[in-house]
Amino acid sequence: MWRRVAVYGPSLSVRLAIAGFHEKGIMSRRLHARRLEGIDKNIWVEFTQLAADYKAVNLGQGFPDFSPPSFIQEAFCNALTGGFRMHQYTRAFGHPNLVKILAKFFSRIVGREIDPMEDILVSVGAYQALFCTFQALVDEGDEVIIVEPFFDCYQPMVMMAGGMPVYVPLKPREGRGPALTSADWVLSPEELASKFTSRTKAIVINTPNNPLGKVYQWEELQVIADLCIKHDVICISDEVYEWLTYDGAKHVKIASLPGMWERTVTIGSAGKTFSATGWKVGWAIGSGHIMKHLKTVHQNSVYHCATAAQEAISVGFQREYDVFGTEDSYFHQLPITLHEKRKRLADCLKSVGLKPILPQGGYFMIADISNINVDLNDPTTKEEPYDYRFVKWLIKEKGLATIPVSAFYSPEHRDQFQKYIRFCFVKEDSTLQAAENILKQWSENK
Amino acid sequence: MASIKHKNAKRIEGLDKNVWVAFTSVAADPSIVNLGQGYPDIPPPSYVKEGLAQAAMVDRLNQYTRGFGHPTLVKALSKVYGKVYDRQLDPFKEILVTVGGYGSLFSTMQALVEEGDEVIIIEPFFDCYVPMVKMAGAKPVLIPLRLKSTATTGISSADWVLDQEELAGKFNSKTKAIIINTPNNPIGKIFSRSELQAIADLCIKHDTLCFSDEVYEWLIYKGHEHVKIATLPGMWDRTITVGSAGKTFSVTGWKLGWSIGPEHLIRHLQTVMQNSLYTCPTPLQEAVGRGLLRDFELMGQPDCYFSALALELKGKRDRMAAMLAQTGMTPVVPEGGYFMIVDVTALNQDLTHMGDDEPYDYKFVKWMIKEKKLAAIPVTAFVGEDSVKQFEKYIRLCFIKQESTLDAAEAILKNWNKG
Repeated sequence: MWRRVAVYGPSLSVRLAIAGFHEKGIMSRRLHARRLEGIDKNIWVEFTQLAADYKAVNLGQGFPDFSPPSFIQEAFCNALTGGFRMHQYTRAFGHPNLVKILAKFFSRIVGREIDPMEDILVSVGAYQALFCTFQALVDEGDEVIIVEPFFDCYQPMVMMAGGMPVYVPLKPREGRGPALTSADWVLSPEELASKFTSRTKAIVINTPNNPLGKVYQWEELQVIADLCIKHDVICISDEVYEWLTYDGAKHVKIASLPGMWERTVTIGSAGKTFSATGWKVGWAIGSGHIMKHLKTVHQNSVYHCATAAQEAISVGFQREYDVFGTEDSYFHQLPITLHEKRKRLADCLKSVGLKPILPQGGYFMIADISNINVDLNDPTTKEEPYDYRFVKWLIKEKGLATIPVSAFYSPEHRDQFQKYIRFCFVKEDSTLQAAENILKQWSENK
Repeated sequence: MASIKHKNAKRIEGLDKNVWVAFTSVAADPSIVNLGQGYPDIPPPSYVKEGLAQAAMVDRLNQYTRGFGHPTLVKALSKVYGKVYDRQLDPFKEILVTVGGYGSLFSTMQALVEEGDEVIIIEPFFDCYVPMVKMAGAKPVLIPLRLKSTATTGISSADWVLDQEELAGKFNSKTKAIIINTPNNPIGKIFSRSELQAIADLCIKHDTLCFSDEVYEWLIYKGHEHVKIATLPGMWDRTITVGSAGKTFSVTGWKLGWSIGPEHLIRHLQTVMQNSLYTCPTPLQEAVGRGLLRDFELMGQPDCYFSALALELKGKRDRMAAMLAQTGMTPVVPEGGYFMIVDVTALNQDLTHMGDDEPYDYKFVKWMIKEKKLAAIPVTAFVGEDSVKQFEKYIRLCFIKQESTLDAAEAILKNWNKG
């Protein structure tokens, strides 16, 4: 016997479990909380499954397929055998050894004394730091400015916090010829200024940017900072790729600009810093009066983060603190290695008619696919944006996995950006070689 | 100058206070015997630690895994719990891996509870339930366990029960869920089949959900049986059951847990997961998965860690109860879990000099830490205001400690009456 169940929203489908159906039926009311409305879809769930199913050469999801540096692996092994405390709860807001070295390390860079206990929160990856930030600071009706293209989680996180995303796009600079590098994609200061209203609570920036790879220059950050100060807005700065800049581009921390420390939450990632994305250790750094709210969310959601991984990261950061700026530094070596891979992939894409946009920083490169003509003869993807269809075709027919860039645009603007796909080049040379072979073969057979 | 715009969002208003903040700094003082916060000072089983060391050596296991749970782990969970539930569990649709049991509770609340809902919580409760319900915008409705015995010795956690009429009176049309915790923290009560049936009947009658926190499910002492409310008729479809690797393998610092339930509920917890932290650490999940598979093969045998740990703890439980009793305190011997509450009334400790702005147990614990160098947790930290009087003569002690820690506690307790 079926009970009528209310269905809310076109994206939601309620499936009743028929097994074990009690005579009175189950949950005739709506089960899920309203905060989940419209945020149930997720590209990673879909595309990582597809890449796995087709055993594709994976330049899709952003993780290295080479190992973390040996000093970090050793640090982890030492932590595991370091006594019973390594396997039990540590300080909830961050393992003391880790917050102390993070404070020391970043104080030197930002040029101010960062308090390890007050100004830092360790989280389960940068992802959870973002979650704590939105949950702590965004209320129903607050507006949050998001720069497009954006790492896809910002929009659903703002929605889940009851906020309203307001979008402002990076666009190719006018009248300068083809936009060949991420530096050519800029914000219009006028357009940006117009997005700030009395309801604006925060702006989210990501530098180096995912997926474009843009590294914001000092002047660009100053424009944003001026608006934040003028409108008394909080800046959420996602800097997970902070060590990965190329061609002499310099990473600038907006929190170090005048008037910005007291209104900025800067987010970092051990996973991206030490090529160990599976450890899920991240942090948020900012003025204590803001951080205390993130801590409240943290203590009421996960409370603690895994101890041994935090200990290992603290050892890694101490080592990097000691060799900072020298050739021994992993933060110096990794971008050099990736610089080569970036060039290699860009050259390969160009040679087969794809038009890459050379990134100044980060893990990714986007390429314009509008020159490519293929018969996307897949009825299962008919209703989807062109880049989604193209990516799925590329996985199924060619065994190469990438990510459609329209996933990094707002639902409102997705239609206008269906001609780019994203490649991750933080891969072993053998993986890049395999990708090259696929692309060359495809290009030769056209 | 503090900007008004930098104020916290309404959802966390008033949720910044926390009993652990007050009492864990105590743990740092090595001269104090700490039976307060609940974590083992005994080592985890070596094969679990080795599993982690091995996992960390595999490149792929240092990178992102499947968001809702690493395949090795969810498959192992479906095997172990498939046997326990006597039911086929879909590892990908009916299981979610989370950051500890804590993370499972959070995902459950955020997924299924909202403004306008009421959630019934049984006192004394693990302290996070109330703030999590509030953060989800809902109203906590509290009901206390009541001591039905008037004896002064030989009290067990089984003597603490719910008044059935009182419980029925808490359910109404706004009730979205009831949270149960069995074995219970702090009392150690294991809800019997008939007690769970009474709760189940009300859930079905009022069409509510049940969130069953069973993190201590393996720590069951001889003569008692852990019953999963989700296995009662009509309950699978409306129950989320929470488990914990930290409590199962004595690795609280790994922060891995899981939610098990029907797909139509778990999918909403998965939505929260993908919008909050996305995935849990890979090498830790691999190690827990391997540990579970190893113990799955040994289930029912004395070598199985699930039952071996309970056996080891029973001795500690009985030892702790005896050392407390000889001071004149009245321990409540738990049927499960690794905590024991004890009634300190008989000691007649005069604490009027400490003022009257705190419940008696808070004052007693602070006094005990200072004067006796022994730390515990006040039980009123686990109850609402209306139940303070009922519980303020109780303190909670954790006994999953090595023998040397228990020796030190015993020395203090033996000398108690000598001032």
